[in-house]
Amino acid sequence: MNPWAEDFPILKETINGKRLVYLDNAATTQKPVPVLKAVDDYYRKANANPHRGLYALSVEATQKYEDARRTVKKFIGARKDEEVLFTRNASESLNLVAYSYGLTFLKEGDEIALPVSEHHSNLVPWQMVAQAKGAKLVYLYPDAQGRLTDAEIGAKITAKTKIVALAHVSNVLGSIYPVKKIVEKAHSVGAVVVLDCAQSIPHYPVNVTELGCDFMAFSGHKMLAPMGIGVLYGKEELLNRMPPFLRGGEMIEYVHEQSATFAPLPQKFEAGTQNVGGAIGLDAAIHYLRNVGYDRIQKTENELLNYTLDGLAEIPHVTVYGGTDNRANRCGVISFNVEGVHPHDVATVLDAAGVAIRAGHHCAQPLMEYLCVHSTCRASLYFYNTKDDIDVFLAALRKVRGWLGLGA
Amino acid sequence: MELNQIYTQILTEHNNSKRNKHHIENPTATLKGVNPSCGDEIELELREKNGVIEDAGFTGVGCAISQASASIMIDLIKGKSTDEALKLAQTFFGMVKNEITDEKRLEVLDEAIALKDISHMPARVKCAVLGWHTLENAIKGEKDPE
Repeated sequence: MNPWAEDFPILKETINGKRLVYLDNAATTQKPVPVLKAVDDYYRKANANPHRGLYALSVEATQKYEDARRTVKKFIGARKDEEVLFTRNASESLNLVAYSYGLTFLKEGDEIALPVSEHHSNLVPWQMVAQAKGAKLVYLYPDAQGRLTDAEIGAKITAKTKIVALAHVSNVLGSIYPVKKIVEKAHSVGAVVVLDCAQSIPHYPVNVTELGCDFMAFSGHKMLAPMGIGVLYGKEELLNRMPPFLRGGEMIEYVHEQSATFAPLPQKFEAGTQNVGGAIGLDAAIHYLRNVGYDRIQKTENELLNYTLDGLAEIPHVTVYGGTDNRANRCGVISFNVEGVHPHDVATVLDAAGVAIRAGHHCAQPLMEYLCVHSTCRASLYFYNTKDDIDVFLAALRKVRGWLGLGA
Repeated sequence: MELNQIYTQILTEHNNSKRNKHHIENPTATLKGVNPSCGDEIELELREKNGVIEDAGFTGVGCAISQASASIMIDLIKGKSTDEALKLAQTFFGMVKNEITDEKRLEVLDEAIALKDISHMPARVKCAVLGWHTLENAIKGEKDPE
C-alpha cells in the first residue's frame, strides 16, 4: 500500500465505474488534504486584500502571502525574498521574462538558443521576441536517447547567444538536461539562462543558487498546489534592470497624470490583487513535499518507472520514445505509441478502464516534427501511484489494438 | 460510455480501410481541415460537375473516429448534389450534438448513425465532425490559407 495515496481524496473516485488510475501527472497533479485544508482555512478565516488594508484581517492575509514567498525562497535556494515573484503559472513566468527582459535587451542578430524539445510556453514567447527584435532562434537537438551532447551544447551556444531557454526536464521525453553544464557555457559567452522547472521541481530538488540560472519558472499545480499560482525566480540585479510586465494597482510608487514610478521588487512585478489562496496552497504543498522527501519521491518513482518500462517492453506494437537505456537520467514521463492506433483512441480505450493518460502533441509540436511522429500517448507518474496502477494501465493497453479491429 | 458503442465494426472497418483515403482525379475543390487542439488534419478533395459530387477522397492523419467519420461521409455524399450534402452535414451535426434524436430523421445518415453515441463523449465530438466541417467549408468555396 502506498503510504501517501490516502492523503489524496480524488484517488478514491471512480471513473466509468472503475477506480481512477491517474497517470497524467505531468499535466497536473492531484491535491492532498493538507493543501485543500490550507486553502479552505484561508478563505474561511483570513481572506482579505493583502498589502492594502489597514485592518487586522488584511495584515494577516499579507503576512500569509509573504510567508509563502519565504517558503518558496528557501525551497528553491534563492538568496532574497525579492527574487521570488508570484505569477499564475510557468507560462506567465516565462512570458514575463520574454516581454520584460527579451524585448528590452535583445538586438538584431542576437541569438536565442533552446532545445527543440521545449514546451510551447518556453518557445513561442521567444519566437515573439525574435520576430520583434530581428533575433534568431537556434535549436539544440537531443540524440536518440534524448540527451543533449557536449558537442551540441558547444556548437549552438556561441558568442552571439544572448538567451538560453530550456526545461530542466522534457515534458515529452522525460530527459533530464545537464543544466549546470549549460549554465556554465551560457555564462562563459555572456548569455542569461531561463530555466523551466515545471516538470522537474515536483520530482527533484532545484537550487537556483547552485545551478546558477538567471531565471527559473515553475507552476504550483504540477506539484500538489492549486491551479493559478506559479513562480518566477530572477536574479535581483536583472529584475531591477527590467521594466514592469503588467502595470496597475500595487506595483507603483507614485502616479502622475502623464507618468509613474514603480514599486521596488517584488511588487514591481505583481500588479493587481494577487492569488493569496493559491500562494498559501503552494506553501502547504511545499511543506507536504518536504515531509514526503525528495529521496523517497525519487525512490518510489524510479521503481515505478522501471516497472512501467519493463512492462511496456513486453507489449507487442508499443514504441517508447526517449531514453530507455539510461533510466537514471530520465524521470517518470513516458511517451509511447501503439502501432496502427492514433493516441486519442488509445486514451479513449484506457479511459474506459479508468486510466487517465495524455494524448496529443503535448504542446511540443517542434519536437513531434523532429521525432517524425504526429502525436504520442504519455503516461506520467507521481509518488502516489502504485504498481497496481501500472498493472491496470498495462492490461488496458494490451487490449487497445483489439478494440480497433487490429491483431494483438 | 461503453467502448463497444464507439469502436463498432463499421467504425473500425472504415478506419482500417483505404477505400476512400486517397487522392482523386481532377478535383475541383481541395481543402484542409484541422483540429488545432489535437493537431489532427485531413485534406478533402471533391470533384463537382453540374452541382453534383462525382467523386471525393481524403488524406491526412487522425484518430479512428475522425478517419472513419470522413470515410463514411464520402460514401454518403458521392453522387449527391452539393445542397443534399450540406443538408446531410447539418443532420450529422444535429445527431452528434444530440439535438436530432428522431430515428426517422437520422435514417438518411445510414452508416454514419454508428457515430450517434459520440454525443456522450464531448471530448471526441470534434473528431467526428472534422470531415463534415471540411466538406461544408469546401462546398461554400473556402480556400486553404496561402
